[in-house]
Amino acid sequence: MRDVLAHLRNTWRGLTAMRTALTLLFLLALGAMPGALLPQRSLNPAKTEEYVAEHGWWGRLLDRMQFFDVYGSVWFSAVYVLLFVSLVGCLLPRTWEYFAQMRAKPVLAPRNLARMPHHERAEVDASVEEAIGRGRAALRGWRLVEREEADGARSLSAERGYLRETGNLVFHFALLGLLVAFALGKMFGYEGQVIVQANGGQFCNSGIFNYDSFRAGLRVDGTELSPFCVKVDGFEASYLDNGQAESFLARVGHQSGADLETGTWRPYDLRVNDPLRTAGDRLYLLGHGYTPTFTVTFPGGETRSSAVQWRPADPLTLLSEGATKFDPPGYTDAAQRRQHQLAITGLLAPSAVFTGDLLGSDFPEARDPAVAVDVYRGDLGTDSGRAQSIFSIDESLVEDGRLVKVARVNLMAGESTTLDDGTVVRFDGVTDWVSLQVSHDPTQVWVLVFAVLIVLGLVTSLVVKRRRVWVRARRGEDGRTVVEVGGLARTDQAGYGEEFTGLARSVLSGKEES
Amino acid sequence: MPVNESLATYSDWTYSSAVVVYVVATVLYLSEQAFGRVRGPRARERELVAAGATGSSASTGSAGSAPPAATPPAERTRAERLGRMGAALTILGVLLHLASLVLRGVATGRAPWGNMYEYASLLCLFAVVTWVVLMRQFPVRRLGAFVLTPVVILMFLAGTVLYSTAAPVQPALQSYWLVIHVSVISAASGILLVPGVASLLYLVRSAHDREPGSFARFGPKLPEAAVLDRLAYRTTVFAFPLFTIGIICGAIWAEAAWGRFWGWDPKETVAFVSWVVYAAYLHARATAGWRGAPAAWINAFGFVLTVFNLFFINLVVAGLHSYANVS
Ligand code: HEM
Repeated sequence: MRDVLAHLRNTWRGLTAMRTALTLLFLLALGAMPGALLPQRSLNPAKTEEYVAEHGWWGRLLDRMQFFDVYGSVWFSAVYVLLFVSLVGCLLPRTWEYFAQMRAKPVLAPRNLARMPHHERAEVDASVEEAIGRGRAALRGWRLVEREEADGARSLSAERGYLRETGNLVFHFALLGLLVAFALGKMFGYEGQVIVQANGGQFCNSGIFNYDSFRAGLRVDGTELSPFCVKVDGFEASYLDNGQAESFLARVGHQSGADLETGTWRPYDLRVNDPLRTAGDRLYLLGHGYTPTFTVTFPGGETRSSAVQWRPADPLTLLSEGATKFDPPGYTDAAQRRQHQLAITGLLAPSAVFTGDLLGSDFPEARDPAVAVDVYRGDLGTDSGRAQSIFSIDESLVEDGRLVKVARVNLMAGESTTLDDGTVVRFDGVTDWVSLQVSHDPTQVWVLVFAVLIVLGLVTSLVVKRRRVWVRARRGEDGRTVVEVGGLARTDQAGYGEEFTGLARSVLSGKEES
Repeated sequence: MPVNESLATYSDWTYSSAVVVYVVATVLYLSEQAFGRVRGPRARERELVAAGATGSSASTGSAGSAPPAATPPAERTRAERLGRMGAALTILGVLLHLASLVLRGVATGRAPWGNMYEYASLLCLFAVVTWVVLMRQFPVRRLGAFVLTPVVILMFLAGTVLYSTAAPVQPALQSYWLVIHVSVISAASGILLVPGVASLLYLVRSAHDREPGSFARFGPKLPEAAVLDRLAYRTTVFAFPLFTIGIICGAIWAEAAWGRFWGWDPKETVAFVSWVVYAAYLHARATAGWRGAPAAWINAFGFVLTVFNLFFINLVVAGLHSYANVS
């Protein structure tokens, strides 16, 4: 039992030594590096899978060691926690010492001031009393104690720079606070992305299922999202002549709190760099793209229109890809219907240019939209229960022959094509969609507060210098007064020499330092 | 806002002239190094006396007083004259360099640090200005070549590989945070170049002091190890809080621009790592057994990381920062 206790105590001592904290700090830095060099699953899952596949056993080994998930990995968390414990262990005793020090008086003047790293001596005509008075005047602002010594000499002990330790403790405690606030934010925060049509489309933050993708903190189950709704009324973009984007703006309306009951929409101009802050959440404009509208006139004369977003394949020209799917009208039998479903899939160019028959886009703005599409007929697999991408068709159905290509055409806006069975497919034009992100982080304000404290503490502890000065005046043999000044720098010795010379001079002359 | 083409061209010219002037200054500094005799203890003593004489009002902040290295003009050697010409040319280079950034800012109507070329240029300007300021406080003019060499290399790469024509920046960068975040970070990174160089030279000098056989020709020409150490420490202490503020401003901006204040984007990660390294340097210098060479290694490593962050992360690893890339 004793041994165990001793062992524990030793472990604690070792863990809380400055050396250990330093080493752990290094380990944390070292451990963070692979996250910058290897693809990370949380940032880019597709690239991560590609990397693992390309690197064979090495990739799989790295994966097993959580190198593609560095900041959530066991080993990174372990260093983080150990550093945390080590910091606490460093700080507790220092805090006690600090409070003791704050009350303590400056230490007795050493017997022999000439032994101090800095020393000056002079004989003056003034009395001992006056000499000490001059010292007091010169040391205004220092913590000062005057003492009468056994042999009749009088001394001053002065110290300053207590704020340095204050700054130091503030810095370290703020660092701790920041680590805690950051971790809590990760636990109680969430983040979701959703695409909304920019012609009045709406989105409500009422459940995870309203999102296209959602990342929840450990303590978030999606039942208590902050209630608010947004409606996207329009989207505007402007570009330079070379196609570089100049500005994006989504005109949105939002409602939260009482507005939800009264149905009031409050307008907001949502821009990149300027999120909407509402109901404790933030709403961001992440990106935009185009939604083609297709109208299909079936042989029976019924028409159906569909507008589904396609996704940008080229971020510069917004050449997009996607699939728009139709259920045929008039079939009551599901099996029959499954043979006549339609899919229009291919490329969409906002500003079309053709090289031969090949469609490309030379500008991101919808100046002259066109599509280059394949039309498929058959079973889209929408009844199979398997999850489907809204941006593509299930290629395996094409291979099985259950889905058959019936046309390949290029269509400008307004143009149409007629299929073999008389069905007419028209490309009507494009509208905008925007992709939005909702973020919730209840502790980020605290992170900021601690970050500011870190800077304040840091600057204080680097600027303030701890110095000690002693003055001793005694009556000399010849009746004159001998004044001695000794100085000691407790931090940053290098600069103290000149500083001390000036100080000693004013102690001896009684004038404040200039 | 359209770009003023002629001002942009003048900016390019002044940039190139600044590089040329820096190169000439480097050559002059090197000549001083090569031809200058190693000063014996007597010369050094004289210097101390001179410093003591002006020392009555001398505090650490006496930036205005003449460089302590000044020996009476009558004894000024040929080598010293070369060095002084180098220093004068450095100032000229700084003015041209500054002009090139100002012209670019006026030409584009925005803060001139919106892409890697401009950013690297700003960083180098801060490095040289820091050097000029330090030269007046420490007897280290003869190290000019070691500071200007990395600056010239960085500026050459920036002006060729990273060069982008003057243009407006894209929406994500249209924010006053660009002005704050990037200027603060580049100021800090530029200033940190100097302690990085000083720490490397410290390692050389202290190796020579320990064993006079190593760096036998070069070592004695360097300032004393204690001076280099002090210079590195003082400068780092100044730059580290700036760097911290720059990172915090980045986080505040990221909260508005990218939807989260911290997301382990490669540039954020390496910034964090560099921050930890400099924090470790400050701790090491206050920890028995880590002072001296280990601390100097840490400082030099910190600067290597900063350059790595600038080049590798922007050019090789794709991250959110890469849109600030070469066009
Ligand atoms: C936590 C967030 C951020 C951190 C830690 C961070 C860190 C850094 C660092 C260390 C640099 C200097 C790079 C070097 O030495 O090479 C830098 C440069 C830069 N940052 Fe950030 N940053 C952050 C957020 C942002 C945001 C949100 C933006 C813009 C939307 C941004 C735009 C830039 C630009 C334009 C540069 C200069 C050009 C470059 O090196 O690419 N940063 N940032």
